[in-house]
Amino acid sequence: MVNIKINGKDYSVAEGTTVLEAARSVGIDIPTLCYLKGVNEIGACRMCLVEVKGARALQAACVYPVSEGMEVMTNTPAVRNARKLNLELILSTHDRKCLTCVRNRNCELQALADNLGVTDIAYEGIRNEYDIDEISPSIVRDNNKCILCKRCVSTCKNVQTVAVIDAKNRGFNTEIGCAFDMPLAETPCVNCGQCITACPVGALREKSDIDRVWAALADPDKHVVVQTAPAVRAGLGEEFDMPIGTPVTGKMANALKQIGFDKVFDTDTGADLTIMEEGTEVIERIQNGGKLPVITSCSPGWVKFCEHNFPDFLDNLSSAKSPHEMFGAVLKTYYAQKQGIDPKNIVVVSIMPCTAKKFEAQRPELSNGDLQDVDIVLTTRELGRMIKQAGIDFKNIEDAPFDNPFGEATGAGVIFGATGGVMEAALRTVAEVLTGKSIENCDYTDVRGTDGIKRAEIKVGDLTLKAAVAHGLGNARKLLEAIREGKENYHFVEIMACPGGCVTGGGQPIRSAKERMDIDLKAERAKALYSEDINSQIRKSHENPVIKKLYDEFFEKPGSHKAHELLHTHYAKRENY
Amino acid sequence: MSNQAKYVFKGTPEQEQELLKVIDKYKNTEGALIPILHEAQEIYGYLPLEVQKIVSENANIPLAEIYGVVTFYAQFSLVPKGEYSIAVCLGTACYVKGSGNILEKIKEKLGIDVGECSEDGKFSLDATRCIGACGLAPVMTVNDEVYGRLEVKDVDKILEKYM
Ligand code: SF4
Ligand code: SF4
Ligand code: SF4
Ligand code: FES
Repeated sequence: MVNIKINGKDYSVAEGTTVLEAARSVGIDIPTLCYLKGVNEIGACRMCLVEVKGARALQAACVYPVSEGMEVMTNTPAVRNARKLNLELILSTHDRKCLTCVRNRNCELQALADNLGVTDIAYEGIRNEYDIDEISPSIVRDNNKCILCKRCVSTCKNVQTVAVIDAKNRGFNTEIGCAFDMPLAETPCVNCGQCITACPVGALREKSDIDRVWAALADPDKHVVVQTAPAVRAGLGEEFDMPIGTPVTGKMANALKQIGFDKVFDTDTGADLTIMEEGTEVIERIQNGGKLPVITSCSPGWVKFCEHNFPDFLDNLSSAKSPHEMFGAVLKTYYAQKQGIDPKNIVVVSIMPCTAKKFEAQRPELSNGDLQDVDIVLTTRELGRMIKQAGIDFKNIEDAPFDNPFGEATGAGVIFGATGGVMEAALRTVAEVLTGKSIENCDYTDVRGTDGIKRAEIKVGDLTLKAAVAHGLGNARKLLEAIREGKENYHFVEIMACPGGCVTGGGQPIRSAKERMDIDLKAERAKALYSEDINSQIRKSHENPVIKKLYDEFFEKPGSHKAHELLHTHYAKRENY
Repeated sequence: MSNQAKYVFKGTPEQEQELLKVIDKYKNTEGALIPILHEAQEIYGYLPLEVQKIVSENANIPLAEIYGVVTFYAQFSLVPKGEYSIAVCLGTACYVKGSGNILEKIKEKLGIDVGECSEDGKFSLDATRCIGACGLAPVMTVNDEVYGRLEVKDVDKILEKYM
């Protein structure tokens, strides 16, 4: 600990921290804009200026380390004026159309203008007009709103190690973009959307598909079915100012019914099906000397990353489709037959915590004949907007169950939304199938938690199953390089593109840098899923009666010919540029 | 698509070998991107996508970052220099004597903008700051040849010499 004075009062604060962190730890707020904890600490925007006794000029608190005896002032006239001047300069070249902006009321720039008391912008700067890049099926970039904080750049480069966006040109013409001004869609961008959740303003957003869903709902010839991924229930409440980590499963199902979907299903059922297929693959490859490790393939950002950067691992990927894609395939075959509906008239809408799912849904191989398995993907944020557009009082709405015939899902399916969850769900089934015994304690806590890479050895009968879990593509890269070099070896590896897994996916509610200083979103949202798991009647995928029935009536058994036709896919190397 | 795409890349395997040697030379040097790009530009004359990709893949630096550096520093060029490199001085003395009009006339005649190269690779056009020939204002240069006391009507004749 070191002793410092802030605004004349003595505090003892942790050594090695910055003035910003130290002040925050004792409840003193310093405004920030470019700072994002652990991701972007570059001192670029100068919004966090403070006076440090003895220093010649005002200092950026977000990069200024504390030292013994230091005296800091965070609220002097000089500090307030300098911050406000900086902010007004940023605002003078900003496209200030808040009313029509995707981040209206959830924007760090807007909040600063409010907090710092900006009532007038004295200078009207000349603005560059930028074309909006909306070619990607997942991500829209609008540099007219960009304040050049580089939070997206650091996220893409350092957290995800994809590095397809960077600052280019200089001076007044500086802008964020791709090499050779390519649209994002022509780069190795994996569509993870982590840049969107890092952005303090409305410069990055998902490609909206809300209007397509409203149009389908208005079409009397269409049978519009919706499914919701596990992580959505852990985040959606935040769009309605509910506390982080509030599970809203029942309210969500009811809201979807009120919006007018013909059926409301749970992607968890698809997740249970994925476990059956993927689990079978793990068992077969272990028993028959197949390609190991088996690597999960539910995360489409990760799959595209693998296709670009680790094509030598494509045969390791499980061939199982991701849960919502499997479910889409089931809806357009088994369900269509059972209900007597022409699959051409079924519109499958997936609500996902993920922007990469929008890209995934368009992959030509995820189809059956000329029908895509999934027609439209909306993010959690887009669903929040639809609920508001429909005038539903979400906070006060009653709970409703998911619809039959897929009304039942398991705790295993629910935890898919957190890092380690797919691994744990699979282990619950794999362990019982391999040993032929029912296993009482099905909590595999070694693979839970927010460590970037988790390694575990699990006793399954005579076998010691070696497992590893990585989340965030930078961590995935490290793990795969270790495997490639032969330094580590595993039977089974889970990879999710987003740090924290789907609960903190690129389509989830966006929280400010300030909130992210105090709260670990990954852990808080995951709690909602693990609590739903522990309260589930059934916690193992293979015990789900819906799944049993599906195999009895339709697929026969996991890995059957029909299952391969409808529930599995393939991957191919992609060029980088 | 960006305007540099219209120039056909004419790099040779020998040039690529040379560039790979340069990259190898800087293998263990931190912050070697700028010197590598300098040498790459010496080899190829400019830094198109094809060259930046070679640097990216072999020096293991993201293409977006390289492009950022190339577009930050004025000394790097994304377009080739023409066989005849034309520069029109826009320094104060030349400018008040009408070098702006000279530049416009050249642009019109060659159908290229400042910083561009004609599609046949013959002419490239730059606008420069004062080149210290104010006594001759307005001034333009074609490679090492200096033309002074210009009037707009002179442009045709001068360019035709090189066509
Ligand atoms: S980015 Fe923020 S400040 Fe800018 S228009 Fe959008 S809401 Fe307003
Ligand atoms: S979506 Fe992901 S990969 Fe694409 S630019 Fe954003 S952070 Fe990078
Ligand atoms: S796009 Fe957003 S995150 Fe990226 S630099 Fe601009 S404002 Fe910052
Ligand atoms: S400089 Fe500190 S938040 Fe931007």
